[in-house]
Amino acid sequence: MEHGSFTDNSAATFSLTEEDHTLANAVRFTLNQDPRVTFCGYSIPHPSNARVNIRVQTTGDPAREVLKDACQDLMLMCRHVRSGFDKAVEDFKASNAVKAMKIDSQDSDSEESE
Amino acid sequence: MAGQGEERGEEKKKFSIWDLPDVPAGQLPPHLELQRTRVLCNKDAPIHTESVLYSGAYASMGVDNSLRLDHFCHNFRVEVVRLTEEDMEFDMIGIDAAIANAFRRILIAELPTMAIEKVLIANNTSVVQDEVLAHRLGLIPISVDPRLFEYMSENDQPNEKNTIVFKLHVHCKRGSPRITVKSDELKWLPNGSELIKESRKVASDSASKPETYTSFSCSQDTLPEFANNPIAPKYPDIIISKLGPGQEIELEAHAVKGMGKTHAKWSPVATAWYRMLPEVVLLEEVEDDLAEGLKSKCPVNVFDIEDLGKGKKRATVARPRACTLCRECIRDEEWEKRVAIHRVKDHFIFTIESTGALPPEVLFTEAVKILEDKCERVITELS
Ligand code: SF4
Repeated sequence: MEHGSFTDNSAATFSLTEEDHTLANAVRFTLNQDPRVTFCGYSIPHPSNARVNIRVQTTGDPAREVLKDACQDLMLMCRHVRSGFDKAVEDFKASNAVKAMKIDSQDSDSEESE
Repeated sequence: MAGQGEERGEEKKKFSIWDLPDVPAGQLPPHLELQRTRVLCNKDAPIHTESVLYSGAYASMGVDNSLRLDHFCHNFRVEVVRLTEEDMEFDMIGIDAAIANAFRRILIAELPTMAIEKVLIANNTSVVQDEVLAHRLGLIPISVDPRLFEYMSENDQPNEKNTIVFKLHVHCKRGSPRITVKSDELKWLPNGSELIKESRKVASDSASKPETYTSFSCSQDTLPEFANNPIAPKYPDIIISKLGPGQEIELEAHAVKGMGKTHAKWSPVATAWYRMLPEVVLLEEVEDDLAEGLKSKCPVNVFDIEDLGKGKKRATVARPRACTLCRECIRDEEWEKRVAIHRVKDHFIFTIESTGALPPEVLFTEAVKILEDKCERVITELS
């Protein structure tokens, strides 16, 4: 849900239900790093309502588009994190398998020499 | 030493700002770079704890602080340190606390698991009251992939896709010693509940199959996912209750899918946390007795002594990662000018302890996916 003025769409408050600091703080991070943003912040009006308000003010672009872009950026970052993480886990598993094999072979070597 | 200090003080007095070279454009001066990338843990309190987010924060110096995805992708790194079935530790480098914290919060509160939610007690003469017993049962981790199940909403009938049923029936005979009821006594009922609904009993006397508390259309053990790995509690030796002679517990426990933000029993992690990488810097050479002193100050052995020959010794920082930030090494007078404790703001040492439903590396990927879904939801709602 968007609350803004009818004439100026460069400043608006977005009220997201069923969200909390998890998304709002992450989006605030990406929003703040967008050069088109002059101000952004978020608040949770009441802790027992699952709702968060995100305020976006821009240098002129529609706030809605800027917020969408911020979410898009966050999504791409997540995707990159996921692929990077999966790769690191795979590498770790592979290198561990190699290590385990080496230890095994060393063990058998020493047994043979004994 | 004292004489040296005074000399230095005099040198400082002659210092004039006009002697400084010009600040090179497009590059942050070292002290700002330090503020931007490190938390300085001083003797009294940490400073520069915030991360500088605003895109134009360093515009006057010609430094662009805006988000550049390619830059992020280029710098982001993950390094796995430890990975076992139940816990993992990895380094996440080149990411902001806002996002690392989102992952942590999702891991704890928004990843679903299966946990016992409803307990139908037929008989309980043990010393543990019904409600306490039900609570204890709820906290037992169940080893099953929650992705194979659906959420049960308020007016849903419990069926084979959203409910797992366990039975617990233990009796301690009179005259026998006390027994301990452990989680391996929870027996999976793949066909659903065996308790017959009281109210319908009279009405459905003629019906062939009496109505129970669940309506399974097929047995869960015929489903390919569970055919060869029966559902059971993750650990067989969790104590549920103790029974004295003559006491008995008979109950049925229904596990459903839920999230940690509703109740901690659904949290898939024992805990998930991160800490920033500690960085210990020696600001000047610490030698001989001072070096020995420094080494013995640190309770986790961060420092080592290097032998320089001719009886000379020098302190080195050998294991900064072990630093717990106790600040013992800078507590005494004079030491703050010799040692500096920093934390690297974009280097997170992430630890995940799984309760057993899913391995930790799968939990993390699922958490990242959930954050992606959240973004997608906002994008679709706005367009
Ligand atoms: S802060 Fe504590 S743990 Fe860290 S180096 Fe100093 S004495 Fe050691």
